[in-house]
Amino acid sequence: MTDTLTAVFLGHVDHGKSTLVARLLLDSGAFPEGRLRELEAACQRRGVPLEISFLLDAFQIERDQAITIDATRIWLNTPNRALVFIDAPGHKEFVKHMVSGAWEANAAVLLVDAIEGVSEQTRRHLLLLSLLNVRQIVLVVNKMDAVKFDQARFNNIENEIKALLSRWDLSLWAAVPTSAKDGDNVVRSSERMPWYKGPSLLTVFEQLETTPIQVAPLRFGIQDVYRKQEQRIFVGTLHGGPLHAGMQLQFLPNGQHATVQKIVRFPEDEREAHDGESIGIALDKPLFLQPGDVASKAAHAPHVATEIDATVFWLSSHPLQLGGQISVRLGERDSIATVTMIHEKIDMDTLAYHASVELQNNDIANIRLRFELPMVVDVRRDSGFSRFAMYDEHLVRGGGIITSIVTDLRSSQRSANVSPERGLVTLEQRFRRYGHTSGVVWLTGLPGSGKSTLAKQVEALLFARGWHIFVLDGDTLRVGLNGDLGFSVDDRAENVRRVGEVAALFARAGMICITALVSPFEQDRECARQACVAGNFKEVFIKTPLEVCEQRDPKGLYRRARLGEIESFTGISSPYEPPAQPQLVIDTSTEDIEESVETLYSYIVATFRAD
Amino acid sequence: MLLDDTSHLDELESHSISLIREAYRRVKPLGMLWSIGKDSTALLWLVRKAFLGDVPFPVSLLDTGMEFPEVYAFRDDLITRWNLQYQNEICPPESEMDHSLPPAGRAAARKTEGLKNLIARERWRGVILGIRRDEQATRAKERIFSPRTQSGAWNFRDQPPEFWNYFQTEVEDGEHLRIHPLLRWTELDIWQYTKRESIPYCSLYLARDGKRYRSLGESNITFPISSNADSLDAIIQELKETNAPERAGRAMDHESEDAFERLRASGYM
Repeated sequence: MTDTLTAVFLGHVDHGKSTLVARLLLDSGAFPEGRLRELEAACQRRGVPLEISFLLDAFQIERDQAITIDATRIWLNTPNRALVFIDAPGHKEFVKHMVSGAWEANAAVLLVDAIEGVSEQTRRHLLLLSLLNVRQIVLVVNKMDAVKFDQARFNNIENEIKALLSRWDLSLWAAVPTSAKDGDNVVRSSERMPWYKGPSLLTVFEQLETTPIQVAPLRFGIQDVYRKQEQRIFVGTLHGGPLHAGMQLQFLPNGQHATVQKIVRFPEDEREAHDGESIGIALDKPLFLQPGDVASKAAHAPHVATEIDATVFWLSSHPLQLGGQISVRLGERDSIATVTMIHEKIDMDTLAYHASVELQNNDIANIRLRFELPMVVDVRRDSGFSRFAMYDEHLVRGGGIITSIVTDLRSSQRSANVSPERGLVTLEQRFRRYGHTSGVVWLTGLPGSGKSTLAKQVEALLFARGWHIFVLDGDTLRVGLNGDLGFSVDDRAENVRRVGEVAALFARAGMICITALVSPFEQDRECARQACVAGNFKEVFIKTPLEVCEQRDPKGLYRRARLGEIESFTGISSPYEPPAQPQLVIDTSTEDIEESVETLYSYIVATFRAD
Repeated sequence: MLLDDTSHLDELESHSISLIREAYRRVKPLGMLWSIGKDSTALLWLVRKAFLGDVPFPVSLLDTGMEFPEVYAFRDDLITRWNLQYQNEICPPESEMDHSLPPAGRAAARKTEGLKNLIARERWRGVILGIRRDEQATRAKERIFSPRTQSGAWNFRDQPPEFWNYFQTEVEDGEHLRIHPLLRWTELDIWQYTKRESIPYCSLYLARDGKRYRSLGESNITFPISSNADSLDAIIQELKETNAPERAGRAMDHESEDAFERLRASGYM
């Protein structure tokens, strides 16, 4: 089996999750032999009709109270892939089990009862999914039999969920109306809902993506140090990669450099290691490194932070207080941390933000933490070094994901701790005057993909409509603002950082700013995203294939790069990292220019129109 | 689908190795249970991979004296070949067990008591075990680092959160952690991995005269299944086709509806 899909099932208590999973097994013929007989006996003893959810609710108390206590896992093999279902409990007080179940999922099935509709739990689950970085979401509207298979009811719930998802930058992969009790649209299509033309739930599972689209930058967190034949071997798990003998690495937080001599494994050493592998490395010189140190390539190193902002979930009945101390584990590194600010708590009923001085059980909040020890961190959702756990008295009390860095030891020359001055004119006043909201539309793509052409034409159309819009073009800016920068990796990063800051200023002035830069590295684009107010940065991937760009070659640069006249030219001699989750993708090789312009124009109008 | 494609095993292997290393780094003193079966033997192989050929902690069999002779012979051979720090833990006799328990339950209780004695005497804070989530429904709800109280009891109603590979790695004095690096593996994964890595296994798993053992327990309470699978390839093929549960031949699971839940809540593996 090449392919394993792990899906977590989420939903309110009584919406029928266990029944749905059991129905998937039963109708696909995977129900273990003998188990059905055991269940019949168990149900008979309780004098209840056959309850297929007992298959998953294994504990006595779960069966007696007909609830699920802890997340469980169920395996189902289809001809095409291995499916692992994680059934997470829906009780409010069991959010920690939900988190424990959901973090390793590739996809989430959100179960909503057709009668009861979207609940507080559903909102909380979505927010947690966004935090846990589970990006593929399937809506199942269950108990359709109880609403007489009403299509309008289904559509209403689907629309409500879609609106919620967009708040967390999540999108709906599919929506399926079911009656799990009878099996409609679970494995077989339903004859009772002829209006539904989509696939059954099992078919959806066979279509979901099982691997992330892109590989993150190389990180190797040192888990432990072993001594073998008088040599120090640093062991840990490789992320990103590949890593091979002869490669130069930088080790943070101290910043030493060394070259990989060999990759140590048992029974045989290897030349090369790949993403996700647990390996050991031996270095060419005797560095003093400790568990918790992190190796990377110097050009794409993580940050070394002593103070960060994070979105956290708190899972303990002992509250976390402003000024309180906890222990944070991030990667392989531990540090005491102080809560220096609680920016806001998220109210699950209204999704509004509220000020607070403490976090209680199940709270989700944006807070600021100051570490006693410098921590090696990333600010990108797909990096393990952006995610941490919080401990108190050696118990896991919560977790969080870093949203920005307050104090970065690697860029101390930058103006940390300077608080920006606020003007008297608010953004809302600007929006009312201009008739639209503001933000940054960041076009990224290979040289020659059509970024500048698109940006200029869309700018003209929006200007004609009366909108306040401006284009920042990478080449133009290199004449003035960025005239001191070349094309090394560091200079490119600085180029993108400056443009990101300037674009964010335009957005704060109430305008829409379209940027047209190759911006090949995810980390640099993430940096530009961070410069913006959350949610105002829209990444648009101009996904034109290299062959097409090279054929167009409007400035003759590809030809020169092929001749070796230009060093580190993106696409030829320097990599391009496509965005993992762009808000919009445009391929100018399959659409003509008018179509591409129309796509981008409509997207901007729909996104920034004042309602 | 390629029948022999085992690339998903790489991911399982790497994850298990990182868990074993995490346990060794953070939980001391640490030991491991080795039932001599296919799972804990594959786990021992993963331990050797994690520590580049060594097994840096003691491994123990909870010995009721009732294992099959083939199991003891296999054990003795591997202790030498893999240079194991082996500790045989003799379990208390059946006469000391609760007589109201059904017969197979008494055998399980002997192991539970043996484990309690072993942990108390060695002052282990952590013990590595080869259980898998797909074996049995209550094991499916286990944590990778699963705390146990002083009496060995499992508080399944209030398990610690576990996410992003962050675990509870400390316990109070007298308590211990059960560490389960194979939770994500399935029975089929274990056999495919055993084949790929040429890991030794006890010959009782192979069919003789139309019968083979799919799961190995004490000789008096474990029964063979009908099978002609007399090679690893045949076992793998059989598992791809069967619908019967793995522990069908283990009497202790079937003496009452909640037999296994009660065994585990009171400290069984």
